[in-house]
Amino acid sequence: MKLAYYPGCALHGSSNDYEQSLRACLGKLEVEPQEIKEWICCGATAAHALNHKLSIALPARNLALAEQQGFEDMLAPCPMCSMQLLKAAKLMDEDAGLRREISSVIEVEASGRLQVLNLIQVFQRIGLDRIKPAVKKPLADLKPACYYGCLLTRPPDVVKFDDPEQPSSMEAIMAMLGAKPVDWNYRTECCGAGMTMAKEATVLELSQRILADAREHGANCLVTACPMCHVNLDMKQGDIEQRYGTRFGLPIYYLTDVVGLALGLSSEELGIDRHFVKQPQ
Amino acid sequence: MAAAVDMTPNQVVRALQLGNFEIAMASDTIWACVSCQTCSTRCPQSVDCAGIMDALREVSLERGLASPAQKTVVAFQQAFLNNIRRNGRLDEIELIAEFKLRALPSERNLGFLFKDASLAPQLQMRRKLHLRGEKVKDRPIVRRIFERCGDGKHG
Amino acid sequence: MPGESPALRKKAKPMSRIGVFVCWCGENIARTVDVAEVASAAAKIPGVRCSVHYKYMCSDPGQAMIREKIESEKLDAVVVASCSPHMHLKTFRKTAQRAGLNPYLVEMANIREHCSWVHHQRGEATAKAAEIIRMSVEKVRQNHALQAIRVPVTRRALVIGGGVAGIQAALDIADAGYEVVMVEREPSIGGKMAGLSETFPTLDCSQCILTPRMVEVGQHPRIKLYSYSEVEAVDGFVGNFTAKIRQKARYVDISKCTGCGECWNVCPLKRNPSEFDFKMGMRPAIYVPFPQAVPARPVIDSKTCAKLIRNGCGLCEKKCQAGAINFKDTDRVVEEKIGAVVVATGFQLYGIGKKQNGKLVGYGEYGYGKYKDVIDSLQFERLVSASGPTNGAIKRPSDGKEPKNVVFISCVGSRDNAKGLSYCSKICCMYTAKHTMLYKHKVHDGQAHVFYMDIRSGGKGYEEFVRRAIEQDGAKYYRGRVSKITEQNGKLIVRGADTLAGTPVTIEADLVVLAAAMRPAPGVTDLARMLNVGYDEHGFLLESHPKLRPVETNAAGVFICGACHSPKDIPESVAQASAAAAKTQILFAAEELTREPEIAQINEQTCAACYACYRTCPYHAIEQAEVRTPRGVFVKKTARVNPGLCMGCGTCVAACPSKSAELEGFTEQQIYSMVESLA
Repeated sequence: MKLAYYPGCALHGSSNDYEQSLRACLGKLEVEPQEIKEWICCGATAAHALNHKLSIALPARNLALAEQQGFEDMLAPCPMCSMQLLKAAKLMDEDAGLRREISSVIEVEASGRLQVLNLIQVFQRIGLDRIKPAVKKPLADLKPACYYGCLLTRPPDVVKFDDPEQPSSMEAIMAMLGAKPVDWNYRTECCGAGMTMAKEATVLELSQRILADAREHGANCLVTACPMCHVNLDMKQGDIEQRYGTRFGLPIYYLTDVVGLALGLSSEELGIDRHFVKQPQ
Repeated sequence: MAAAVDMTPNQVVRALQLGNFEIAMASDTIWACVSCQTCSTRCPQSVDCAGIMDALREVSLERGLASPAQKTVVAFQQAFLNNIRRNGRLDEIELIAEFKLRALPSERNLGFLFKDASLAPQLQMRRKLHLRGEKVKDRPIVRRIFERCGDGKHG
Repeated sequence: MPGESPALRKKAKPMSRIGVFVCWCGENIARTVDVAEVASAAAKIPGVRCSVHYKYMCSDPGQAMIREKIESEKLDAVVVASCSPHMHLKTFRKTAQRAGLNPYLVEMANIREHCSWVHHQRGEATAKAAEIIRMSVEKVRQNHALQAIRVPVTRRALVIGGGVAGIQAALDIADAGYEVVMVEREPSIGGKMAGLSETFPTLDCSQCILTPRMVEVGQHPRIKLYSYSEVEAVDGFVGNFTAKIRQKARYVDISKCTGCGECWNVCPLKRNPSEFDFKMGMRPAIYVPFPQAVPARPVIDSKTCAKLIRNGCGLCEKKCQAGAINFKDTDRVVEEKIGAVVVATGFQLYGIGKKQNGKLVGYGEYGYGKYKDVIDSLQFERLVSASGPTNGAIKRPSDGKEPKNVVFISCVGSRDNAKGLSYCSKICCMYTAKHTMLYKHKVHDGQAHVFYMDIRSGGKGYEEFVRRAIEQDGAKYYRGRVSKITEQNGKLIVRGADTLAGTPVTIEADLVVLAAAMRPAPGVTDLARMLNVGYDEHGFLLESHPKLRPVETNAAGVFICGACHSPKDIPESVAQASAAAAKTQILFAAEELTREPEIAQINEQTCAACYACYRTCPYHAIEQAEVRTPRGVFVKKTARVNPGLCMGCGTCVAACPSKSAELEGFTEQQIYSMVESLA
């Protein structure tokens, strides 16, 4: 599978454990995503909050570069990136005038043929029925709360993935790995997103609710496919426990961690030892 | 988010419907919003409420009407954009530094500067700390893109 | 005459004593068009015998003027230059007829809608009006005297649907002395009303007021009831329809069965979700949908009966003393001849929990289908109903406990342009208020919460009814929508908004009732196509005119009533049903039916029988016929217009490659003359 790889700033920054995990896991499935050259930040929250044109131009440049470099499919493991990329593609698709304008801003033609995929879609492309036979260690002890967050399934007319109210794509993967995903109420509720530094109280409150509900429904860990969510639930879990006077101790796994473990990779290979909340022994 | 806002989202839209643009632009709501997109997904009239929040943020800064109580959040977003304009990709240490300095006048306590400093050794231990961020080779193109999008004014 | 070859009629003399009557229409025409000038211009057209103008041509004196001129000037054709023919063509035709002039020798020149109402410049408008009149004069010059077409009438009505609307229409028509054939797809008549508990605004017990009428239908000497049947095809035209009706196999011979109930008592397969209870209760494989069913005879569900699937069981047959069980039963198709059709197919509720076609994607955020205690409004009716699965006790479907906090959510699927239906379902505000009252009357220490956007209670006593729910029965009303429902510790957490207070509202509910949108019954669009009745994008059947002809359709002889037309409550459905019955009786009151004769004619001499017209006619009004000698020897094939069906649309004229088809009153020659007259 020829797959372009758009890491985004988080995966090359403090969430580089996600990159380690996904390279190890996908590598085990014989998929080697190729980082596109000279990619730039997608703009994240700052661009769409402060400058509409920039929020289209920055992702558009990356779409164009990937196409130029000969790719048809591109993995963007961070849902903020994937959503912004899909939104830029959709807006330019609907308005030829906009496409021309943006193409001249970014100095390269964005033709819109590139397919942007999130991590779950890549697993679906590989085929769950082809991954299942490769499972060496079914995760029978795992009772994960599958946490989708906001931007994997919303806005539905942009990302067109799974169901925005009752998604099930991650649970399907968990079930295939032999785990027992729990049914819980905060699967698509926001964790506070990029407000970690700017409005910490919001993040602590929203993420606390997520952890509390997961635990209440019998989960012994959470699984996520978003680096921001991971930071808010993992790195900030200690602060949450302190603020709310309650102990959670819930490991937060990336989806590739869980798949990788089932395929027989070790915690070290997957970078799970780099998380803040430790796995239980 | 409802507890943290002065106007509920429908009240913001109502203000716009009635032409009370300044009220909407000056609200705390637009800066408390985390852009989770739930509003736009659920609205039976297909009002893109999340998009309205974005637009209000942009014009409130243009007109100098952004709520003074939200200077910290504004500082963060502006620091982020500056960082990208300079480097093409995010340099986290640089971002934190610029953010803290920009927001210090509104936070008005030195503890704010050093609050997250204890994270540094923790991140370093986990090989997550990058003292020098990645930089794109062709940085001038990034600057040109910013300029063409009129981004000198939010600097 | 219709049926005559156009070739013969070309020899008819053109009209040469034409009268032109120009109307001021008060100010409507005269303000913009110089009517005096236009009248005198018309007088100069060859063949125009007299040309006058008057302030209100449609008034009594105006009409009298036309009649006077017809007699005194011996006019052989009339042009009235005034408003649209849609307004007064019938009026002026009757006027001419009273004066002894064939009504089809009257034309209207529209100098109002087509001239004075759309132009401002007096000079331009006057010149245009003169041209419009010149064209009409040219047309009428080549008109023929025509007689209205007469067709016989079969004085029997077909009523499709046995709900309250169908029942009302059937009884009215039958009581007026005509035979009615009623077709109902369920095993019993009664429709949705039979399943309701109490009805607003009187809180009458629904079955108590309906079942006497159901029995009346079942016993009426002039009503032939086909239950558990569906209409498969309807052919023919107004007054002369033939309906094919499929009687689905009941596996029970109604004529032998006594309704004793031994069979359904002994049936071992008791746990099939009951359709009548909207899956809130169970029924056996052989069952009567509810005790007051009409006919009160059981039916066997072929999808679950062990005998029918794998030749097991058969206990009911053994128990039946009347020998009424017949496992070898098959569907039967019967034909009925009828003169009018009344469509009363009713409604279904919007399916909340699931993706439907295209834009309708359901409401996953409400958890319908996921949480047992989230139900829709018809399911709640069955809970509250004394003859329902819980005998009227309000119990949570999950654990059977009595709910102390019930949340009612309005507008689920209605008024939603994003993922639902754009329209308002009209009855939900009222039945939600009713539900809160019925709930409170049974659970005295319970609390009802209603989330609404607006309250629509415009009927008689309706507003007072809603106030009663709030003021006397303590229902709490929150103006705002519900964003999400989740389950926690056996309770449903309902998160909504109270926009009047400007705050979010979270309620821990034991039961949630969703007021789902009303949609037309499944299969109605197929039925509509059978009947040539139009329907809108939601599947609601189209009336002829939304203000003035609400129960007629554009298919002559087909009437609609009840929820198949649009969401409505019982009083409106009953009123429309009686209206449809009245229209049917008007149809039947005539000795014969008359139809407009401006229809297509086919010259059978030149017709090559290519049947392009037959294939393109939207009304199936063209027959493949044969020309034979008086002794019956075959000469040639031809196409032939059925004067009872043709609507005069002219499609065949356009399709015919040999120009054998012509439209009476709109021949090519006439049209060309009209155009040439402008040059």
